[in-house]
Amino acid sequence: MTEIWRGVWVVAYREILRFVGDRARFLSSFAMPLLFLIIFGAGFTRTIGALAQGVNYIQFMYPGIIAMTVLTSSLFAGMSVVADREFGFLKEILVAPIGRTGIVLGKAAGGSLVALIQALVMLVLAPILGVKLTPTLVLSLIPVVIILSLGLSSLGVLIASFMQSQQGFQLFVQILIFPLIFLAGVFFPVNNVPAWMEIISKVNPLTYGVDAIRQIFLGSAHGLGVTVFGHVMTVPSEMALVGVLGAFLLLGAVIVFNRQE
Amino acid sequence: MKAIDVENLSRRFGKIEAVKEISFAIEEGEIFGFLGPNGAGKTTTINMLCTLLRPGGGSARVNGFDIVRQRSDVRRSIGLVFQQSTLDEQLSAEQNLRFHGYAYGVPAALREQRIHDLLTMVELYDRRQHKVRTFSGGMKRRLEIARGLLHLPRVLFLDEPTLGLDPQTRKHIWDYLHDLRQRENLTIFLTTHYMDEAENCGRIAVIDHGRIVAMDTPDGLKNAVGGDLVTFSTADAQAAAQFVREQYHVEPQIQDGQVRFHVTSGETFLPDFVREFPQRLLSVGLRRPTLEDVFLSLTGHEIRDSELDAKDLMRQHMQRWQR
Repeated sequence: MTEIWRGVWVVAYREILRFVGDRARFLSSFAMPLLFLIIFGAGFTRTIGALAQGVNYIQFMYPGIIAMTVLTSSLFAGMSVVADREFGFLKEILVAPIGRTGIVLGKAAGGSLVALIQALVMLVLAPILGVKLTPTLVLSLIPVVIILSLGLSSLGVLIASFMQSQQGFQLFVQILIFPLIFLAGVFFPVNNVPAWMEIISKVNPLTYGVDAIRQIFLGSAHGLGVTVFGHVMTVPSEMALVGVLGAFLLLGAVIVFNRQE
Repeated sequence: MKAIDVENLSRRFGKIEAVKEISFAIEEGEIFGFLGPNGAGKTTTINMLCTLLRPGGGSARVNGFDIVRQRSDVRRSIGLVFQQSTLDEQLSAEQNLRFHGYAYGVPAALREQRIHDLLTMVELYDRRQHKVRTFSGGMKRRLEIARGLLHLPRVLFLDEPTLGLDPQTRKHIWDYLHDLRQRENLTIFLTTHYMDEAENCGRIAVIDHGRIVAMDTPDGLKNAVGGDLVTFSTADAQAAAQFVREQYHVEPQIQDGQVRFHVTSGETFLPDFVREFPQRLLSVGLRRPTLEDVFLSLTGHEIRDSELDAKDLMRQHMQRWQR
């Protein structure tokens, strides 16, 4: 057991070290979210007007963009597994007395921490967009981001277990990422769309992550929240759902990684 | 206790038997080499001994620990340097070593002391804060050897430790290894397909097609070939070989138009030979046998100093692209 814990922290520590040491990656990871915020924000805010009392379009979209940052950054945990395999470092980790389970948990934890850092950096934009930040808001955001990113990092590691090259992984994740983001209620409320789209969106687990983050920012009283069979989802129930799914993904990643030689 | 004790170890990949029931034992403090061409089963054996690969049959103990049942104990007691670099090129030399220390649970004070000592030994202390991607091939290999020793292993495994390095760097690395063995009573197990590298070993196992075909000291192996090697060329090699066979009762080989055979004490033999040989001699040579000759006489073929195979070349190519 001590071996697993040592594995978790040493692998996660390296993820952070690499993240901090790579300024280009840090800056480029904000490119897409910023682009969406600026272009969609500038393009739609005036046309759409207020979506609810005191909530304009860019304020609606902003929490979704934070969730999107978490998504891309978490899946990156998988990228690092493929890169390690390609550059040989994975062998150094595999022969260390830390066990495979520790490696997977460490990759997921590292990816999750990096995602949390990026989400918190995104908060810098809040005053510019007219979003009020309170200590309570930030404190309740942290566990939500951690639960969401742990699940997504696990998904990244799981995908990486089947991928031999970084190119292959990148391609697969690109294909996965866009429908996930567009059908998660980042850019529009999922309650007011055609039935087929509503069904897909409500099956998409990311929808609940986006909604939980949005509820933390905007509160739940705006009627923009996701309803399932007539019930308005609350943050705790959404987190339970995302957490359970994440636990399964993590378990899957551990099993697959352990089985490989 | 033996440092490494292997009994009937085997492993197959699909239909190919990579390692066929090999057995050997290595004493503590020994430098033991696996000599053989690429694909002979050297890396497969190392991977089994360092618990990266499960054996297909047989058993082995490393530092007294079973390689299947006590994998963690084996791992903690060995250091590894692989054929391909396994450093994190985005991190500094020091960060790579520190990561290793954490992963092996080396206590903080000892860890920092070892990092200092080892980096000094491999002459990289001044560059400890530089990222590894700025290092040359030789520097990387030195850093990897230092890393492999950080957690005070009792056996160091080196898989082709000087592959792709220039002769000067190779000599340099061997100086460290000899020094280390004396200082830390380290057992060194290495694989190589370089003959001159194998000369550094106390004992060598010659491996071909997954089998150990001979095991002895370098000198022992050379003596077993049958003494000094005489090579000569003449107009009719076949007739010359016939003469050698009848006159001296040895079996000559003809290679590249040259006739070669082994005799004891070549220095006294050669003058007689030149006098007695009936035809005109175009050239005559005499030398001590090399391990190359040993390999040839044991296996009937030359060790193919084959280049990196296509997959390795591809990987190197990709790495260059991505850096």
